[in-house]
Amino acid sequence: MSGTFTTSTARNIFYGGTLFFLLVFLALTFQNEQIIPKRDRREMLANPQIAEGKKLWETNNCIGCHTLLGEGAYFAPELGNVVVRLGSKEAVKAFIKGRPAEGIAGRRSMPQFNFSDKDLDAIADFLEYVSKIDAAKWPPNVQG
Amino acid sequence: MQYKSQAVAKPYFIAALALFVAQILFGLIMGLQYVWGDFLFPHIPFNVARMVHTNALIVWLLMGFMGAAYYLVPEEAETELHSPKLAIALFWIFLVAAGLTVVGYLTVPYATLAKVTGNDLLPTMGREFLEQPLLTKAGIVVVALAFLFNITMTILKGRKTAINTVLLLGLWGLAVMFLFSFYNPDNLVKDKFYWWWVVHLWVEGVWELILGAILAFVLIKITGVDREVIEKWLYVIITLTLVTGIIGTGHHYYWIGTPEYWQVWGSIFSALEPIPFFAMTLFAFNMVNRRRREHPNKAATLWALGTGVMAFLGAGVWGFLHTLAPVNFYTHGTQITAAHGHMAFYGAYVMVNLTIISYAMPLMRGRAANSNKSQVTEMWGFWLMTVSIVFITLFLTAAGILQVWLQRVSDNPMPFMMAQDQASLFYWLREWTGVVFLVGLVVYLASFFIKGEEKAAA
Repeated sequence: MSGTFTTSTARNIFYGGTLFFLLVFLALTFQNEQIIPKRDRREMLANPQIAEGKKLWETNNCIGCHTLLGEGAYFAPELGNVVVRLGSKEAVKAFIKGRPAEGIAGRRSMPQFNFSDKDLDAIADFLEYVSKIDAAKWPPNVQG
Repeated sequence: MQYKSQAVAKPYFIAALALFVAQILFGLIMGLQYVWGDFLFPHIPFNVARMVHTNALIVWLLMGFMGAAYYLVPEEAETELHSPKLAIALFWIFLVAAGLTVVGYLTVPYATLAKVTGNDLLPTMGREFLEQPLLTKAGIVVVALAFLFNITMTILKGRKTAINTVLLLGLWGLAVMFLFSFYNPDNLVKDKFYWWWVVHLWVEGVWELILGAILAFVLIKITGVDREVIEKWLYVIITLTLVTGIIGTGHHYYWIGTPEYWQVWGSIFSALEPIPFFAMTLFAFNMVNRRRREHPNKAATLWALGTGVMAFLGAGVWGFLHTLAPVNFYTHGTQITAAHGHMAFYGAYVMVNLTIISYAMPLMRGRAANSNKSQVTEMWGFWLMTVSIVFITLFLTAAGILQVWLQRVSDNPMPFMMAQDQASLFYWLREWTGVVFLVGLVVYLASFFIKGEEKAAA
C-alpha cells in the first residue's frame, strides 16, 4: 500500500463512497415510504384502541420476553401471529388474564399484569393489527 | 501518558468494568431462567433481567468509548483536554443516571416506571434496547452533546489526525443516530423501520468507526509502525464498513412489513459486511508482524489481535450465516440471532474496550506495562472469556438449529415452548460456559491487583 494510493486518496474514497451509498440508502428509504402504505395496514389505526394497545405492549415491556415480527427476546413465543395461532382475540385475552401470579413451578412463567378488560381489548386489537401487516409471508408456519 | 488530562479516562474505565460485571451476573440469571423457568419469579422476571443485561452492556461500552476518547484524543491532538472538569462532572452524571435507571428497572414494575418518568409525554419506552425512561434518554443526549463539545474543542485546538477525525465522526454519528430513539409512531412498521436506524446504524455503522480508530491508536502505540500506513488501513476499513453497512440495514427489513426489494438489497450488501471485519483482522496481524518495537505490554497486543479475530468471527461469519433472505426466513428471531449477537458484541465492542483499557490503564497508573505476573493473569482472563464466548455461541447455534428445525422447517411444526424443551441440553451447556466466562472475568479483574516488578513509564 504505497505509491499512488496515499492516505488522502483513501480518505477521499471514504468520504465519496460513504456519501454515495448513504444517498442510495436514502433513496431506498424514500421509495420504502411510498410502498409501505399498501402493506402496513395504517387504515386500521383509525381505531384508537390499537395505539392504546401498542402503548400497553411497550409499557409492560412485552418485547423483553417475546418477539414481534421476529424482533425482541427469544424467551417466549412470537406474538405477531398469536391471534391466528390461538384462533381469536378472545383466546389471547383469556391467556393473558389466566397467568398465575406466582408463576408455574419450574416453567417459564408470564407475569400476571392485572390488566382491566379495556386494556385487554386494546392489547388484543393491537396484536390483531400486527397479524394483518404484510410481512412477506413470514413466519414460515403458524407456530411462529 | 503524555498529557495530564488523559487521566480522566480512568474513572470511565473502572465504571465500565463494574457495569460489565453486572451485565454478566444478569446474563447468568437469564441463562438459568432458560432452563429453570421460574427462577427468581416474580421478583426478577426474564424481561427485567434482560433489560439490565443489555442496557448495562450498552452503557458500559459507551463508558468505555468515552474513556477511550478522553485518553487518546489529547495524545493524538497533542494538547490537553479542553475541560477535564467537565469530563469528570459528566462521568458522575452518567453513572448516577445509569445507576438510577437500573434501580428503577429492578424495584418498580416497568409500567409504573414508565408512568412516573413521563413516558406519556413522549412514549419512547418498551422497545428493545431502548427501554430507558424518557429522562434517561434525555440525559444520554445531554451527556453525549457535552462530551462531544469537550472532545471537538480539544481536536479543533490541536493536531488533526485521521484517528481523531474518524473517532469524532463515529462519536457524532452515535449521538445523531440516537435521536431516532425519540421517534416512535403508532404505525408499527415505521416504528420498526426507524428503530433500526439507532440499532443497526450504531453497531454495524458508526460504532465500527470508533472501533477502528481505537484499534488503530493502540496498534500505532504498541507496534511503532508508521502512522501513514496505519491511517491508510483505517480509511480503507471504514470505507468498506459504511459502503456495505449502510445499505446492509436492509437485512432487517425482510419481514417487518417493508417492501420485498429489501430482500435483494439487504442480502447483497450485508453479505459483504464481513469484508471490513476481515480487513480488520489482516490489519491487526499485519501491523503486529511488521512491528518496529517490542512493547512491554503483551496483554494489550493480545487483546488487539483478539479483537480482529473475534470481531470477524462474531460479526462477520456468524452474521453472514443468517443474513441471506432465504436463510433468514427460517432463522429470523431464533437462538441463531442470539448466538450471533453474543459473539459479535464480545468480539467487536467488548474486546476493543478491553484493548484500550489494557493499554491505557497501566500508563495511567504510572508504568509502561503491568508486571509479567499481572499480564499472565490478564491473559488467562482473555483466554477464559474468549473461549467461553466461542462455546456459548456454538451452544446457542446448536439450540438455534434445533429450534429452526423443530419449529420452522419440519412437516409437523412444534409449538415454541415444546421446541424450547428439546433444546434444554444446549441451554444448560451455555449456562455452565457462562459460569466459566464469569470466572474468566474475575481472573481478568484480579490482574489489576497483582503487583510485581514493573517497568517505569517511558
